[in-house]
Amino acid sequence: MVSETIELRGHIIDSLILPKVLDQILTHGANFKIGEIKIGQKRADQSFARIEVSAETSDALDDLILRLRQHGAEVAERADAQLAPAPADGVFPPEFYVMTNQQTFVRVEGKEIEVRPTMMDTAIAVDRKSRAARAVKFFDVRKGDEIVVGHQGVRVVPVQRATSRTDVFQFINTIIDADEPKSAVIRELAEELRRAHKAKGKIAVVAGPAIVRTGAGQHLVRLIEAGYVDRLFAGNPFAGYDVERALFGTSLGISLDLAFARGGRENLMRAINAIREAGGIAAAVEKNVLTTGIIHACVHHDVDIVLTGSIRDEGLIPGATTDAIEGQRVLREKLADVTHALLLATIRHSLAVASMLAPTVKIVCVDIDASAVERVVEQQPLQSIGLVTDVEPFLRELADCLSQSNVGE
Amino acid sequence: MRELLLCPPDYYGIEYEINPWMSIAHGAEAEIAQKQWQQLHATLSKLDCKVHLIAPQPRLPDMVFTANAGLTVGRKFIPSNFRHKERAGEQPFFAKWMEQRGYQVHWLPENLYFEGEGDALFGGDVLFCGYKFRSDIQSHRRLAEMLGCLAISVELVDPRFYHLDTCFCPLPDGGAFWFQDAFDDYGQRAIREHVTDLIDVAPEEARHFSCNAVVIERDIVLPEGAPQLVKKLQERGYRCHELPMSEFIKAGGACKCLTMFMPQR
Repeated sequence: MVSETIELRGHIIDSLILPKVLDQILTHGANFKIGEIKIGQKRADQSFARIEVSAETSDALDDLILRLRQHGAEVAERADAQLAPAPADGVFPPEFYVMTNQQTFVRVEGKEIEVRPTMMDTAIAVDRKSRAARAVKFFDVRKGDEIVVGHQGVRVVPVQRATSRTDVFQFINTIIDADEPKSAVIRELAEELRRAHKAKGKIAVVAGPAIVRTGAGQHLVRLIEAGYVDRLFAGNPFAGYDVERALFGTSLGISLDLAFARGGRENLMRAINAIREAGGIAAAVEKNVLTTGIIHACVHHDVDIVLTGSIRDEGLIPGATTDAIEGQRVLREKLADVTHALLLATIRHSLAVASMLAPTVKIVCVDIDASAVERVVEQQPLQSIGLVTDVEPFLRELADCLSQSNVGE
Repeated sequence: MRELLLCPPDYYGIEYEINPWMSIAHGAEAEIAQKQWQQLHATLSKLDCKVHLIAPQPRLPDMVFTANAGLTVGRKFIPSNFRHKERAGEQPFFAKWMEQRGYQVHWLPENLYFEGEGDALFGGDVLFCGYKFRSDIQSHRRLAEMLGCLAISVELVDPRFYHLDTCFCPLPDGGAFWFQDAFDDYGQRAIREHVTDLIDVAPEEARHFSCNAVVIERDIVLPEGAPQLVKKLQERGYRCHELPMSEFIKAGGACKCLTMFMPQR
């Protein structure tokens, strides 16, 4: 959605120019919002209207504005954004504009520039020379960088609910509770992923350790093998549990195949050690140390894996990023072209990733904890679906639906 | 007594095509044009008005259509900004002529097209203004500011009726005659709102430029070929003077286009 503000002046009420312009906006499939209207009091007094016109595409908007100009509409002059230098490395100027993840434009020297990428809780740095604007985090900003301050000259275009196609996100956009049926929704989601895959969209999976621990790993592997996963983001423990499962058939010592067979934590430590000994994940796959599991499937199917460590990790898989800032940077880079995100059974990583996604990304959040689902879904209320459920039946059903389709189309 | 400005058709002819009526291939007969113009001049001179003449200029064949010179209100003269370069050369001659006769010349911004009385006609104290083909709607707002009046802007939609005075003629009793299909729906509604007695002109009569009439109190000078309209006007007590205008209609003009009021109001 793009918009422009127009102004009408003159005897626009008596001449019926105002209703004509508004009618033309609507008949051209565009929308308007009257920002200001002043009606002349005496017969010869002129009237004034400021109208925000929005259309689907900038071409459609330009065409419409051209028509409206014939009837006296003038494009309102907008003020430039105000800029102030960052006072020090890592510090924004006071009154800096705090950005959302919505599409944002800043007006610099009379021209609008789109801020790329958009990002939650950042400031906007403007480079006049290259006529570029980008979102900057505290750690990105350098002394003297020109930062947008105040709200003037900043235009935010919220994502509109899709109207061109009917998909599951358009109709549901809500949370399916634990006691509600999920099969129909999962079938719709499978359809959506199939369309995304066909349209060369990028699907990211944010995976929590519960996937491995509940035995849902095999279903995720099916999705990976069918080509429905392009990126996998997880914490170090997820990888640890997956390799433990691959090497010992256990998860934190609990057998996934034998009921009530419990062991200790030592299998996890031995599994991690085996990967370290092999020289990392890729090397372990190459040397046939790691021959099954989710990580193995990712390596085999060229799925990008980003593993981030946390302060409480027992043992680090080589390749996992322990620097939180660096982890953020890598995630952002890998999320840039993602169109669909499945956030599965991990509140911390889900919230982190959801905050970095563009507002156009369609999100599916699955967690057994309803409050976790709510927190993620409310970040992206227009294009997200939450399912309160154990992740295993969800993944099993999704993989079943997708394996019935013509994979690789 | 009304004062009028006319320009003899010494250099008149179809030398370019800037409206659907003009065709270089079917040019005007100079002799007949002279005769028709003389008849108009004589008819107007006999009515209660004083006719002034501006000297025609070579290579400005349309200068004969003085209505497009500008708009005169009181002692103010607002010169036109012609849309077509072919006519732009007329502007300085008219502005100078009016200035020499003591009128204050008020210029519109150069970037706003405005073609004088052709697109600006008073009906009572309301200035009706046509736009799109020749005048820009933005010029109307400036006129309203300069003159302190209500300006009703109406869109013209039929290129054959490219000036307001080709399809709308206000009458002194608050009525008007018009060819309504020349306006869009909003324009029609706006005119109906502000004109009490509207006389519809049939399409076949509108094609004879019947709306392009000079109204001097109860006398109406209009092109011949509109018996139905003449009847309606006579019923309302107007005296109609029907004149042959064939050679000027070939250029998209007739009685009113050949006449500018000094002042219109």
